[in-house]
Amino acid sequence: MLKKLWVLLSLVLVTTMLVGCGGGGAGGKLKVGMVTDMGGVDDKSFNATSWKGVQRAIDELGIDGSYLESKQQTDYATNLAQYVNQEADLIITVGFLLADDTADFASRYPDTNFAIVDFGSLGDNVRGLTFSTDEAGFLAGYAAAAATKTGKVATFGGINIPTVAIFMVGYEYGVNYYNQQHGTNVEVLGWETAANDGVFVGNFESTDDGRRVAETFMNEGADVIMPVAGPVGLGTAQAVKERGNAWVIGVDTDWTVSAAEYKDVILTSVLKNMDVAVFDTIKAVQADDFAGFNGENYVGTLANDGVGIAPIASGAVPAGISDELEQIKADIIAGKINTGWAEYSASLE
Amino acid sequence: MSEKNTTQGKAQKRRSRGRWRALLTPLMAIVTALILGAVVIVVTDTSVYDAFGEGFGAGLLRIVEVVVTAYGSFFAGAFGDPARMVRGLSTWITTGDGSDWVQSLYPLTETLRYATPYIFAGLAVALGFRGGLFNIGAEGQYFIAGLTTVFVGYSLTGVPWFIHVPLALLAGILGGAAWGAIPGYLKAKTGAHEVINTIMLNYISFRLAEYMLDVGGPMARGDGRPVSPVIQPSAQLTQFFPSNPNIRFNVGFFIALLAAVFVYWLLFKTTIGYEIRTVGQNPRAAKYAGMNVPRTVVLTMALSGGLAGLAASHDILGVIGFMPNSFSSGYGFDAIALALLGNSHPFGVVLSSLLFGALQAGARNMQAIARVPLDLTDILQGLIIIFIAAPAIIRALYRLRTPDEGEGAVMTRGWGQL
Repeated sequence: MLKKLWVLLSLVLVTTMLVGCGGGGAGGKLKVGMVTDMGGVDDKSFNATSWKGVQRAIDELGIDGSYLESKQQTDYATNLAQYVNQEADLIITVGFLLADDTADFASRYPDTNFAIVDFGSLGDNVRGLTFSTDEAGFLAGYAAAAATKTGKVATFGGINIPTVAIFMVGYEYGVNYYNQQHGTNVEVLGWETAANDGVFVGNFESTDDGRRVAETFMNEGADVIMPVAGPVGLGTAQAVKERGNAWVIGVDTDWTVSAAEYKDVILTSVLKNMDVAVFDTIKAVQADDFAGFNGENYVGTLANDGVGIAPIASGAVPAGISDELEQIKADIIAGKINTGWAEYSASLE
Repeated sequence: MSEKNTTQGKAQKRRSRGRWRALLTPLMAIVTALILGAVVIVVTDTSVYDAFGEGFGAGLLRIVEVVVTAYGSFFAGAFGDPARMVRGLSTWITTGDGSDWVQSLYPLTETLRYATPYIFAGLAVALGFRGGLFNIGAEGQYFIAGLTTVFVGYSLTGVPWFIHVPLALLAGILGGAAWGAIPGYLKAKTGAHEVINTIMLNYISFRLAEYMLDVGGPMARGDGRPVSPVIQPSAQLTQFFPSNPNIRFNVGFFIALLAAVFVYWLLFKTTIGYEIRTVGQNPRAAKYAGMNVPRTVVLTMALSGGLAGLAASHDILGVIGFMPNSFSSGYGFDAIALALLGNSHPFGVVLSSLLFGALQAGARNMQAIARVPLDLTDILQGLIIIFIAAPAIIRALYRLRTPDEGEGAVMTRGWGQL
């Protein structure tokens, strides 16, 4: 029995070595690699959305796209080295945690193109993919203020970092703008831009935390909650669904699609279209006249549909609100309305 | 006289055969885990179903192809490609350009690099087991040591490396040791169970790290991200291949081996080690023998925490260069498995850490080449642990003879009962 096994094993090993030496390229196709952060590609949040952009490029532009998942901080460099060795034309890294390693590789491999989601450019050959989410959060805040019956709306975040807080900043400014326009006095729980402080659960994983915070907010009288914490928000949606007399505002993607089991309690979603940004970047690199990123950023705004809000649940807000939102959107694009970015970045100094 | 000699010879032969068999069981456990892993790879690969749609033969062929590609990239990622090494070496000799040779060593260095924190953390838990203490807090000790080591690493300027590196390492040891000593003290003075307390201290350490590193926190870098500043160049652990920055194999590995020798020496060659083991085996007997049980318990936990702390020091000073808020790696929990696999013996821990290191490095390459998800390593690790923890399965499977008496109690020994 044992002897046979050894023979079999050595056979497998030998074939393995032979095959392992082979391999070949896809030939001529643009090679795009995406490195996820520790959330993994199925995080239903920014890794998943970014990957959607690569997938779309595979379908529509015929590129050779793939991803590598990371399980710990030291994996980022390991995965970047893989793609550099495979001579990828464009390497997309997802999230600020990869910024140090992306900057390091970009400086050592000046002929490779890099793009980083949710972070500014890190060199000539790096395109930063950033989003003016405050603009979309503003619209959601306005809609929330229109929908509330208790006069209290809430929001909370995962960790207090700019990419999270910026949703909440816009939200607060949107609510305040509604108060200004309609002479109401809707209150925002869970975030205050002036103090750069609010409610944060401290992670992007625990649905229990999302449920707990939601229950606290509802006990305090809030009837609209916007959780900016990835999957944590699903716990919030569950808690709201059980009580049945409040709304949830989704973030990143349209939650009536990505979290369809809660679609009855979704007021709207703040869309951060990272897939659009990723697709746009791949398309730019594939173009014949591509001459490098030159350290320029992609900034997703309401104007270029990099950010936006999903349709508002029917009957949740008074009839005229949709028209008002259209007008506000136009005003934001025209730069006539302050969505709070300047004040927020000043508070970071 | 001659009769006596032959019986002695027989006994010796039996003993050496027993030793060989003791190695055979874990080896077959690994092989079995790999076979079951192959089954998982095959059934989760949609291309196999497509191939079976074309015909039975095509399906079988595809199965072989999938498994060979997966494990081919796995072994290439863990140990490297021998053909490439030879080619690289000959280029080096003929042209004097060693870069290909260095690059061909990359997989091997990744295995050793992944193994390094495993050795430290595994030793930490193993030492606890020997002292009758179940340290589930290695993860928390790793976090606290990360904070102390990175603080010394970035805040101290203008000192030469031969002062800075030992200081930063010491900070890691002390941070981990202090955090480990707390549950040790609570156990010694109040009898509070260390399992509960180390778990609770894990949470406290995670939140403490969050507070220190959050945007605006005392140790944040100040660029709007929850990460610490980068350590000074003088605090970096010596890299062995500075010509190729992708290779992050550093002197930390040899520090880990020294730590294993130290733990062996401490446990089996010193009075302190004897006391630790005696307390682990029977605290009451130790007390009546005149040993200071509370002191030994605190000391064991502090030593254990210090070792876990070195895992963090290696990762920060040798690999990452800073501490991110989400530093979690699961080492602290894998370490429990490593200590059990290594039978709570320092050298056993080194071997099982090398195995886990190879699994991690191989899995990264398997993901890149064969597109097999990283999660497969968790499955392989789990299977290996199950089969080694339950050797009866492997013996029954391969009709191995039950070993001579004395070997059967292997696993129970790990839990501090020796």
